Amino acid sequence: MIRVRGLNKWFGEHHVLHDVDLDVARGEVVVVIGPSGSGKSTLCRCLNRLEAADSGEILVDGVPVPGEGRALARLRADVGMVFQNFNLFQHKTVLENVMLAPTKVRGVSRAEAERTARELLARVGIAEQAGKQPARLSGGQQQRAAIARALAMRPKVMLFDEPTSALDPEMVGEVLDVMTGLAADGMTMVVVTHEMGFARRAADRVVFMDGGRIVETGEPNAFFDSPRTDRARDFLAKVLTH
Amino acid sequence: MSALLDHLPEFWQGLVVTLQMTAASFLGAAAVGLVIVAMRVGPVPVLRAVATVYVETLQNLPLLVLLVLAVFGLPEIGLKAGLTTTAIVVIALYEGAYIAEALRSGVNAISAGQGEAARALGLTFGQSLRHVVLPQALSTVVQPLGNIFIALTMNTSLAAAVGVVELTAAANRVNLLEAQPIPIFVGAGLAYAAVAACAGFVTGRIERRLAVAR
Repeated sequence: MIRVRGLNKWFGEHHVLHDVDLDVARGEVVVVIGPSGSGKSTLCRCLNRLEAADSGEILVDGVPVPGEGRALARLRADVGMVFQNFNLFQHKTVLENVMLAPTKVRGVSRAEAERTARELLARVGIAEQAGKQPARLSGGQQQRAAIARALAMRPKVMLFDEPTSALDPEMVGEVLDVMTGLAADGMTMVVVTHEMGFARRAADRVVFMDGGRIVETGEPNAFFDSPRTDRARDFLAKVLTH
Repeated sequence: MSALLDHLPEFWQGLVVTLQMTAASFLGAAAVGLVIVAMRVGPVPVLRAVATVYVETLQNLPLLVLLVLAVFGLPEIGLKAGLTTTAIVVIALYEGAYIAEALRSGVNAISAGQGEAARALGLTFGQSLRHVVLPQALSTVVQPLGNIFIALTMNTSLAAAVGVVELTAAANRVNLLEAQPIPIFVGAGLAYAAVAACAGFVTGRIERRLAVAR
C-alpha cells in the first residue's frame, strides 16, 4: 500500500531523513517509535507530502505521490491524517468538520455526507457533540472528531502523527481505543507514537527510528522483549522503566 | 448656517457621489485584496513575487499621485473613462493593497495546522483558503478592515482634486459662492464623521457575529 525507497530530507543543514525505506502492506498496522528528533514525524508527513522529500520515491497504492496541484490533492483525499494538535476547523461545528471534505472534494450530497458523518461520530463515541464548536470539546473528544473527519473520506491509509501526545493522560485511552478498533477492522495504518502499550497491542510491525534512519524493525513482541540493536535497547530501557 | 441650508441639494448630491464611490471602490478593493492575498500566501513563487511587488508599490505611492497619473496619463495611452469611474478604479487598486495586507495578517494569525489539515483531506490550495483559512482570517481582521473602510471614505475626497464633484468638491463650490468656509466645511466634515461612525458601528456588530471560539 505504501512503498518508500531511498527517502532523504534536509531541514537546512540538518539531515532529518537518511535513506529511509519502508513498506506497508494493505491492512497492516505499522507503529513508528523513536526518540524526539529521530525523524519519525517528518517521515509520516512526507507520506502525504505535507513535507516534500529532497530525494527518494514514495508510492501510495502503486502510484508515485505527485509533486503538487490537483493530482496531489486527489492522493491526499485517499490518505487520512490525524495530527498531534487535532487541527479541527475552529470556525465550524464538529459535524461540519466531518462533512466538509466529502462534500467539497468528493462531491457527496449534504444529506448523505451528514448521514455518514453522524455514523462516524457515533462510531468514535461523540455523537452528542455533533453540533458543538471544537473549542467546547475536551482534547480526547477533539481528537476522536479528527479521526472521524479523516475516516469520512474513506481513506485507503490512515496516518497518525503523535495522536495522543497533546492529550491529558486520562484522555489517551479513549483515543487509543478508537485506533485499536480501526486496526481490528483492517485499516492500513501508520502510527507515530510514544504509546508503547498501543504498539505492543495493535501493531503488526514496529519500526524504530533514530537519527533519521530506520534502525530496527520487527514484530512487536520480539522487538519489545529482545531488541537486536543497542540503540533500540537503550531507548526501550529509558521509556519502559516508568 | 444659512450658507449650508440654502445649498442642501448640492451637498446631498456630493454626499451621494461620495457614498457611491466609497461603496464601489471598497467592493473593488475587497476583490483586489482577496486575489492579491491568495497569490501572496500561495505556493507559486512567481505569483507571490507579483503580489509582493504590487503591495509594496501601491502602498509606497501617495493616492493623489496615482489619481493624477491615471486621470491625465491614461487618456494619453488611449484609455478613456469617466472621471468618477477612473477615480473609483484607482482607489480600489490602491486600497486593495491595504486590504491584502490586513487579510495576510489574519492568515498569519491562523495556525498553519488549519491549512495543513484541509490539504491533508484533499482540498486544493484554493479550497482550503476559501473554506478554512480565509473565513477564520477574516474574523480576526474585521477591525482593521473597518479602519480601511473609513480611510477609504476619507480618501475619496482626494478625487475632488482631479475634478470629481463629490462631497468635498461640492463644499468647495458652495464656499466659492458663499465665502463661509467654517459652517460649510464643518457641515461636510460632520457628514464624513457620520459615515465613519456608521462604519464603526457595523464593524463592531460583524466582529461579534464572526467571533470564533478557540
